[in-house]
Amino acid sequence: MSISRRDFLKLAGISSLGIGFSATDLLWKNRAEAVEYMSSPKGLTAKRWAMVVDLRKFKTEEDYKRVIDACHYIHNVPDFGNLKDEVKWIWTDTFEHVFPFQKNEYLPEGVQEKKAVLFCNHCDNPPCVRVCPTQATFKRKDGIVAQDYHRCIGCRFCMAACPFGSRSFNWRDPRPFIKRLYPKFPTRTKGVVEKCNFCVERLAKGLGPKCVEVSNGGLIFGDLSDPESEVRKILSKHYSLRRKAELGTRPSVFYIIGGDEDA
Amino acid sequence: MLEKALTGSRRYWGWIFFLLAVIGVGFIFYLRQFAYGLGITGMSRDVSWGLYIGQFTFLVGVAASAVMLVIPYYLHDFKKFGKIVILGEFLAVAAVVMCMLFIMADMGQPMRVMNLVLHPSPKSIMFWDAIVLNGYLLLNIVIGWNTLEADRKEVPPPTWLKPLIYLSIPWAISIHTVTAFLYAGLPGRPFWLSAIMAARFLASAFAAGPALLIILALIVRKLTKFDPGKEPIQALGKIVTYAIIASTFFLGLEVFTAFYSKIPGHMASFQYLYAGLDGVGKLVPMMWLSTILAVVAIILLVNPNTRKNESILAFACVAAFISLWIDKGLGLIVGGFVPNPFERVTEYWPTLPETVITIGVWAIGLLVLTVLYKVAISIREAQIESGSNTH
Ligand code: SF4
Ligand code: SF4
Ligand code: SF4
Repeated sequence: MSISRRDFLKLAGISSLGIGFSATDLLWKNRAEAVEYMSSPKGLTAKRWAMVVDLRKFKTEEDYKRVIDACHYIHNVPDFGNLKDEVKWIWTDTFEHVFPFQKNEYLPEGVQEKKAVLFCNHCDNPPCVRVCPTQATFKRKDGIVAQDYHRCIGCRFCMAACPFGSRSFNWRDPRPFIKRLYPKFPTRTKGVVEKCNFCVERLAKGLGPKCVEVSNGGLIFGDLSDPESEVRKILSKHYSLRRKAELGTRPSVFYIIGGDEDA
Repeated sequence: MLEKALTGSRRYWGWIFFLLAVIGVGFIFYLRQFAYGLGITGMSRDVSWGLYIGQFTFLVGVAASAVMLVIPYYLHDFKKFGKIVILGEFLAVAAVVMCMLFIMADMGQPMRVMNLVLHPSPKSIMFWDAIVLNGYLLLNIVIGWNTLEADRKEVPPPTWLKPLIYLSIPWAISIHTVTAFLYAGLPGRPFWLSAIMAARFLASAFAAGPALLIILALIVRKLTKFDPGKEPIQALGKIVTYAIIASTFFLGLEVFTAFYSKIPGHMASFQYLYAGLDGVGKLVPMMWLSTILAVVAIILLVNPNTRKNESILAFACVAAFISLWIDKGLGLIVGGFVPNPFERVTEYWPTLPETVITIGVWAIGLLVLTVLYKVAISIREAQIESGSNTH
C-alpha cells in the first residue's frame, strides 16, 4: 500500500511539472528495472557490451563538450554548478589522473596533459555490484552494470567500492537543477546514486549510446564477444589501455591513446 | 524493573531533561536533513562517507568491547567483574543503538531501510553487518536484562542464558570484524585495503570501550551508593593498557608497509592525514592530537604507579578515548577517501547541522545508557541497603 502511495505521489509530482508523458513513459518511470530487462524485438543485444574511446579523434574542447552535453541532456543529469553537490555521468580528466599507474614523464609530448573522457567502465567483475546491499546496482547478462533508482537506499557503499569514481550521489533534490528537462528519461530524487547506464533505454529501442552517436568516431560501441564487431576490430589493430586493470575489475571501456604510428 | 528508571533525584531528572533537549535540537536538524538531503552535510562526491559512518565504526567497537568483561567473568571465572559486567553489557546496548541511528542518519533514502530485508544481497558485507549488529543488540538486551532480573530476585541466572552468554563472545568479535570488512575488501582504496584492518579495529575497540567503562564506573561511584570496586577498575585499566599498545603497534605496521614499500597510493592517505597533501590538510592537527594523546595514555597506563592512581587512570582513559575517537571516528573514514581515485584532494569537514545531528545521536545513546544504568544501579543500591550480598 505504501508503495502504491509513494508511486502515486511521484506521479503527482511529475504531473505538477506540467509535462506530458506517454503511458509507456509513466510505466517505465515506475518500473525502470523491469524495462531494463525487457527485450524488445528491435532492441540491440549483445553478450558483452563494450566501449572503445579513441582519444585520437578528440581534438578540440568542443569534441569533449559535445558528448558530455548530449549524455547529460538526455539523461536529465543535473548541473549544480558546484563541486560539492556534483552529479556527472561522463566527464574528462587528464591522462595522468585517469591512468594514475601509468605515470611516466617521458611519454610523447602532450600525452600527459591529454584529456580522456570518463564514464562508468561497466566492469565485468564490478565491486559496486558486489557491495550493494539491496541489489539496486546489478549486472545484466549483456555486461551492463545497471541501477534501479527506486530500490537504492543511498548507503553509498558502491561509491566507496568503485575504484574509478564513476558514481554520483544526489546530495539534494536534483530536479530544480536540470537545465532543460528531457521528458523521456526519468529524473531522480535526492538520496540515490546514479551513473552512466550505457544508454540501456536506447539499446532497448534499437539505438546505440548517445555519446557514441555524436562523437564523430571518437567513441565506438559494440559486442566484445563478437570477433566481427567494430570494437573487436579496432582493439585488434591498436594498443589500448584500461583504467586500473591491475585491480581485476575488468573494465569494458578501452582507451586508444596514441597516434597511428603507435598502433 | 523499568519503573526504577522513573524515580530519581532532581539531579537525575535534570540530566534526563538536558539529554532530551539535546536530542530535540538534533532531531530538528535531522528533519532539515530529511527534507533537504545529505547535501546539508560536508560530504561530497569524493568523500562520500563522513562523521556519521565514522561514529558508527567507532561505536561498533565500543559495543564489541563488552566482551572484555564477559570473557574474564564467564570464561575465566574472574569473580571481581561480577558487579560491573552488567555495566559493560548495557554499554553495548546503548552503543549498538547509536550505531543503528548513525546508519539511519547516513542513509539517502531512510524510508527504504526495509529494502535491506526485502532484497537482501548476501554478497554485500553490509547485509552481514546488519545481521550481526541486530543479533548482538538482541543478545545483550536478553542477557543483561535476565541477569539483572535474577540478581534482583537473588537467584542464579536461568540456565538457558549460559549458551547465549557464550555465544555473545564470538558474536562480539564478529560485529567488529564484519564492520572492518566493510572497508578492508574494497579495491582502489589502499588505505583500507589491509589484511590487518579487523585486528586494528578490535585492538582499538578493546582500548576505547574499557576506557569508557572505567570513566563510567568512576562516575557511577561518585554519584550513587554503588561502588563498582577498585579491583575491577584496575583490571580494566590493564586491558586498556595492552589494547592501546596493540592498537598503536598495528597502526605502526600499516605505516611501515606503506612507507617502506613506497607505493604512492599506499602512502598518500597517511601523508594527507599526518602531513597534508597538495598543500591542504584540515585533519593534520587532529591526527597529531590523536597521536600525542595515545602516547600520553600509554606512558601513564604502562607505569603501574600512575595507573594505580585512580585520578591519573581516569585522565589516561579520557586521553585514550579521545585519541581513538579521532583515529576511528574521523581519520580512518576520511583518510580512505582522500586522495580520490584520480589522485586529487577534496577535503571534508563536518557542517554544523551534521555535527548537531551527531551530538543528538550521542545524546540518545547517553539517554539509553542512563536509563539502563539507573535500573541496574537501583537494584544494586537496594541490595546494599538491605545488606544482602551482591554476587
Ligand atoms: S566503473 Fe565503478 S561503477 Fe562502473 S561498473 Fe566498475 S566499479 Fe561499478
Ligand atoms: S547507494 Fe544504492 S546503489 Fe549504492 S550500494 Fe547503496 S543501495 Fe546500492
Ligand atoms: S553510454 Fe550513454 S549513459 Fe553512458 S556516457 Fe554515453 S551517453 Fe551517457
